[in-house]
Amino acid sequence: MWAEIAVSAVKVAVIAGTVLTLVAVMEWVERRGAAFIQDRLGPNRVGPLGLFQPIVDAVKLLFKEDLTPANVNRGLYLLAPMISVSVALLTFIVIPFGAGKDITVFGVPLGGIEVAPDLGVGVLFLLAIGSLGVYGIVLAGWSSNNKYSLLGGLRSSAQLISYELSMTLAVLGVLLATGSLRLDAVVARQGGQFWLGVIPQWNVVPQILGCIVFVVAVFAETNRLPFDLAEAETELVAGYHVEYSSMKFAAFLMSEYMNMVTASALIVTLFFGGWTFPGMGRFSGWPLLALSLVAFGIKLAFFLWLFVWVRWSLPRFRYDQLMRLGWKGLLPLATLNLVWVGVAMAMGWIR
Amino acid sequence: MIAQYIPVVLAFAFAVTVAVAMVGLSALLGRGRFGRSRTRDTFESGMPLLDGSRKRVSVRFFVVAMVFIVFDVEVAFLFPWAVSVRGLLAEGNTTVLLDGLVFLVLLAVGYAYLWREGAFDWSRRGSQS
Repeated sequence: MWAEIAVSAVKVAVIAGTVLTLVAVMEWVERRGAAFIQDRLGPNRVGPLGLFQPIVDAVKLLFKEDLTPANVNRGLYLLAPMISVSVALLTFIVIPFGAGKDITVFGVPLGGIEVAPDLGVGVLFLLAIGSLGVYGIVLAGWSSNNKYSLLGGLRSSAQLISYELSMTLAVLGVLLATGSLRLDAVVARQGGQFWLGVIPQWNVVPQILGCIVFVVAVFAETNRLPFDLAEAETELVAGYHVEYSSMKFAAFLMSEYMNMVTASALIVTLFFGGWTFPGMGRFSGWPLLALSLVAFGIKLAFFLWLFVWVRWSLPRFRYDQLMRLGWKGLLPLATLNLVWVGVAMAMGWIR
Repeated sequence: MIAQYIPVVLAFAFAVTVAVAMVGLSALLGRGRFGRSRTRDTFESGMPLLDGSRKRVSVRFFVVAMVFIVFDVEVAFLFPWAVSVRGLLAEGNTTVLLDGLVFLVLLAVGYAYLWREGAFDWSRRGSQS
């Protein structure tokens, strides 16, 4: 009993620590990537290539004067960033980051590089906790007692719930093909076999429509450009976190980047085979674990870069365009994907 | 059964600790070293504050929220169906796909009605009548 708890605790610390490190790295990648795309240098003074810049930023933000504006609802104002961070730190616990089902540590089965490998509700947990994130944004917007914040928070909540439907329907397509809610079952189904001997059996091939809908929807769910209507610097100055400063401001920023990491990991897991890689049948135990982490890392890095790449390449939507795309574009497409997967399974086209 | 939630509880404790630590450390380390700040007014791009911000907002937000509730509840019904299709097909059940499609057709009727009513048109005025 206590050994299981200890192994779980270590997994929580290691995986959450890795995600938090990735957040810092992504801040650097975002700034350097933006500079690269805009033909300038970006932060390059602190440490090699400016790599220590996020640490300096964090320390600076910690020591900033902790300002609470006079007109805010104090309790909710303090609660909002905490909700955002907690939710962002909870969502990734059902994602399998690597192999390791066959490994035992101190007599306890490791169950893969996944915080909660035995959780039966699987991806439902992620969707349920993930949608709580909207509370952080709405409460921040409302409690700030500021017109920009209120508009940003309202817009963002309407946007999140609009795109959540399409996202859930796209996930349903994958669950339909898998027949399980658990993400390790989703990964296991995609690994090891090939169409025509070369194309890995990733869900992206039969469900390209669902994949596109899902990627677009998670861009909206993470409030990233081209869907960052909540922040819209040019009209709302900074949206729901106008009144926030010091580490409370950083909390919103960090939860945005954590959500980005979770979203990328989810795209990889649902549609691009998770940690599986060609030729993995030859390995087992610790070598398989190490190689699976590398495979997952490469796929994850691509989608994280995609987030940065898109942000600095596309302009922002107008709000009515955003709503039209969500309700009239993505929702029918996601339903079409679901019907297609159902029919293909009934006809035996998808195994 | 309960054991599968042990990691969830641990992760929850970790998440709450990090969140409280962030806000708490900021309050502790950033405490008024610069004297009481005079910039505690609500920020409005430098303009003097004329009125409060708790005003009426567009009813559109309410419509979107209501439509979301309707559809989200129906999508929740699709989860048990989606998860059990594979097993039922393997057992030779032939109507399971039809069941799902009938449900989706019912959803589509509601969707078409909302579309015609203009619930998805953000910019059109007076479309609620």
